[in-house]
Amino acid sequence: MIFKVIDREELGRLFALLAPLGRVIGPVEIARDRRGEHRHGFAEVADFEALCLDYGTTALPAKAYVLPYRERLAAFRLGGQDWEKVPGPDQERPLIFFGLHACDINAFNKLDKVLLGGAYPVPGYAARRREMFVVGSDCQPRPACFCRSMGADTARHGFDLFLTDLGGSYFVEILSSAAFNLVRKIAARDPEEDDHRRYRRRVAEKNTRFTTQVDTTDLTKILDLEFQSEVWQQWGARCLSCGTCANVCPTCYCYTVSEQAGLDLQSARKIKTLYSCNLVDFAAVAGGHNFRPTSHARLKYRYYHKHRGFVEAYEEPLCVGCGRCGESCLAGITVPEVIASVRGGES
Amino acid sequence: MEGRLVLSPSEAGGHRRRTDLAAFEHTCQAEITSIHRLTEQENLYRLQVVDPGERERFTFEPGQFLMLELPGIGEAPFSISSSPSRKGDVELCIRRAGSLTNFLSKVRRGLHVGLRGPFGTSFPMASMAGQNLLLIAGGLGLAPLRSVITYVQENRSHFEEVDILYGAKDPSQLLFTYQYEMWQADDIRLHLTVDSAAGDPSWDGRVGLVTGILAELFAARRGGDFASRTHAVVCGPPVMFKSVCALLTQEEVPMQKMFVSLERRMHCGMGKCCRCNVGSTYTCLSGPVFDYWTVMNLKEAI
Repeated sequence: MIFKVIDREELGRLFALLAPLGRVIGPVEIARDRRGEHRHGFAEVADFEALCLDYGTTALPAKAYVLPYRERLAAFRLGGQDWEKVPGPDQERPLIFFGLHACDINAFNKLDKVLLGGAYPVPGYAARRREMFVVGSDCQPRPACFCRSMGADTARHGFDLFLTDLGGSYFVEILSSAAFNLVRKIAARDPEEDDHRRYRRRVAEKNTRFTTQVDTTDLTKILDLEFQSEVWQQWGARCLSCGTCANVCPTCYCYTVSEQAGLDLQSARKIKTLYSCNLVDFAAVAGGHNFRPTSHARLKYRYYHKHRGFVEAYEEPLCVGCGRCGESCLAGITVPEVIASVRGGES
Repeated sequence: MEGRLVLSPSEAGGHRRRTDLAAFEHTCQAEITSIHRLTEQENLYRLQVVDPGERERFTFEPGQFLMLELPGIGEAPFSISSSPSRKGDVELCIRRAGSLTNFLSKVRRGLHVGLRGPFGTSFPMASMAGQNLLLIAGGLGLAPLRSVITYVQENRSHFEEVDILYGAKDPSQLLFTYQYEMWQADDIRLHLTVDSAAGDPSWDGRVGLVTGILAELFAARRGGDFASRTHAVVCGPPVMFKSVCALLTQEEVPMQKMFVSLERRMHCGMGKCCRCNVGSTYTCLSGPVFDYWTVMNLKEAI
């Protein structure tokens, strides 16, 4: 890894260099909540001044740009007994993420394992990932954050350069040759001992600010053991099966496929829509049988997939601890509370 | 680490999303050459992959499934019912159960449908050679099992004793009745049972559960090495798996020699959509055929 230090003003120049190369997506202020606090969201940014790099989090993850909620897999031309299938549509301009936190970078890294791995990499996702440029930025933990418990509080890969705010300047980690070539075009200097110290202090300080922890010791075994535990019923009784948690989750990728015929019956479309395992028909099969007919069975499955099965397959949970699901849950169900209750045997 | 951003389009030779997607979404066209009515609810569809080259390359093993697509209607998984040696001339036994299958029940031969696949694991026919086979099916479970039966017929000398145990709700729901004599002519014993014959006074066969036949079969062969030299293939509703596999375990058929086929509603067949997950095991990748030891270790599998 190559480290550099840049002055705060140089960031605008970096933005200007990147902007012509693709769609720049970054955190912007989208609203104020009832308490008057700023709410942020990812949006396409044309003006560097619109970026809010000191944002807490966004309600929706950056996932939708790479894994759209709704996507056309193919179109059909129909005629009599015959038809023709046309895959599509083609990829848009490269995506440039400016200001992704470690959790969201790690979320993409986790998605890569499923969507780029195995015998069937997903083409749309692969193309967008391949052409993506990521500028990461450091953050301060909020009350809902438990990324440190999930091992997702630092990004080791999956970015081109990563910014850590040192006050008047940024500490820059450079991971790709593309990023190196860009940084060469702005005023950057090698870090000195004082920069190292400020960087270490900033990181150490961040680590003291986490207020929410999840104990993951032997979690896969404990989940296996507590499959029949009463606590699942209790959480299930609260769960509305609305699927909001999957919607706001940066690592949820499951989907449903449907086809629609055009009104003229001369065409049809095959549509992929992101789904949620909490929705009632997720595990239903033809003829009416449902393998997970109750809300508690579905909620439990969600935890077993993320915190047991995925860990067994990839040695890490399918959760980055961003806390979005808990903050958006209409029933106030949070991951740290659910896991604590399963571990403790009571809620 | 290389920069991922393509700074000028010529640098990386451009992305290949459309060609990649064409492969990912590749559907071969197949013509419905005949529709054979099996019961009130089930039809046997004979499909022929239109392109001769693709037809030859469409190879599968008994137990695998494919995704059948009707443009504008939908796409769903079906297990293949025909002999693997017939390649892209596949037969699918399909029950009217949803919008896609209802539509299928109304079409006529000649229609072109789309096929993707084949997908998933299969019954390990080669490793079962030299042993006895218990082929146990309930209801529509005979659909995937028929592919095994055709394989056994074509390779009868590879196996010792072969028994089919098949249960249906009532006599009118028995599938593939026209083939029973041919199976028996190939020295495959066929044991039929129905849950109820109240609506059919002409039924002179057995009434009761498949497990009843199974218990009798083991009782008649007790003492020898029948159980340890036997492979079992079980296809049917989840409630049947449990009782049949429990009985087989009790009779000391090794769990690694018992194979079940799980039914789930895949939307992709390629380990992405998660719809067929049991725990986080993808039924489409690690299944649909599992040995019983694996199934016992999957939560909520059956």
